[in-house]
Amino acid sequence: MKPNHYNTIIIGAGPAGLTAGIYLSRAKMKTLILDSGIAGGQLILTHEIANYPGIEKISGYELSNTMRKQALAFGCEIQSGISIKDINFEAVEKSVQLSNGKQFTADTIILATGGRSRTLGISGEDKFKGRGISYCATCDGDFFQDKEIAVVGGGNTALEEAVSLTKYASKVTLIHMLDHFQAFAHAIDEAKSNPKIEIKMQSRITAFNGEQKLESVNVENLLTHELSELKLDGVFVFIGYEANTDFVQGRCIELNERNEIVTDDQLQTNVPGVFAAGDALAKRFRQITTAVSDGTIAALNAMEFIRQASAIKVA
Amino acid sequence: MVLSTNLDHIATADELTKTINENENVMVCCGRMGPMCIPVYGVMEELRSEYKNVAFRDMAFDSPEAGIIRNLPEASNFMGLPFTIYYKNGKVVEATSSIQSRDQITAILDEHFSS
Repeated sequence: MKPNHYNTIIIGAGPAGLTAGIYLSRAKMKTLILDSGIAGGQLILTHEIANYPGIEKISGYELSNTMRKQALAFGCEIQSGISIKDINFEAVEKSVQLSNGKQFTADTIILATGGRSRTLGISGEDKFKGRGISYCATCDGDFFQDKEIAVVGGGNTALEEAVSLTKYASKVTLIHMLDHFQAFAHAIDEAKSNPKIEIKMQSRITAFNGEQKLESVNVENLLTHELSELKLDGVFVFIGYEANTDFVQGRCIELNERNEIVTDDQLQTNVPGVFAAGDALAKRFRQITTAVSDGTIAALNAMEFIRQASAIKVA
Repeated sequence: MVLSTNLDHIATADELTKTINENENVMVCCGRMGPMCIPVYGVMEELRSEYKNVAFRDMAFDSPEAGIIRNLPEASNFMGLPFTIYYKNGKVVEATSSIQSRDQITAILDEHFSS
């Protein structure tokens, strides 16, 4: 086998990608994992995991480090901090070209690019990140002791974090675009019954205002289109995740309307030899356990694909 | 009090002063072992081999000694962890609050620390 040729190249080193790497390299498949960030993906952002079977409690950082070490111990190669310039999915011998000039080829590719927190995409959001805008209540909540803040979102995370932030903030305004919450009943009840929480349904933030730090936001009532200014010190954004499939968009891989990767039940995409796993998939539930399951299935099917392709060549 | 990363740690204000006096270029990430901080430590660990002219360090935000960073004028409006401070010849040349991507970090390193 050529030095830069692999049985499988996995794109993404989150739990799905690392699991696929563990399975493939343990089966003596020459495997390379490429990641634009650091190994672990969204997993390292999880402070404490208490529902991973067999492990009572572990931090996401520790779990991802262990997965990475397991993959490396079986011979898997991992290159992190890379940037992909081009990918050829369709050829029998697939190829990946990096921005640093390196090029790799493979019999199969597994797309395990995961997801990222959705941002509001409003002007000023980046400017005030860390200066009033936050995406992590446990990290930054204590900066807002006795201050007025807003939480944006209507899912479980938004409601639970709004309640948790009332430990610090004097007032929390919960801003949600829809006329109903997409959360469990107990989370809704807890938020609604908290005297520090005021709820603005069918509303959205249209602008962030301030000089050196966030001082106010403009809020639009989506029913009346009335605009009002809400003076506050902070905004916490919890509006879900989106798939990291930017580099696949406009190519031959089928995506759904939310730009998530569409696969068959073997986790193979519409392109033979290209599989997908983890949070970038079009699916309902996104958990560490489901990502690990996807990584296993994609790896086993990639091995099967390689075996069948070799058998055809021999015949 | 030190963080459980693979970076070299700074435990005291005196150590930080010594580090920025003895190294032309220093990047210090002052945070906790939380979701916004860990990715920044990870990027710093990876960049050590690429930016050998930069001393990469971390410091525990909750240590009383970290007041030397928490109370910097450049961090007076910061309300997100980690506080990341870039020093050149002992002076603060850049400071960021909250999580930063690899691209954002390398842009700062290239702007201030390119040799």
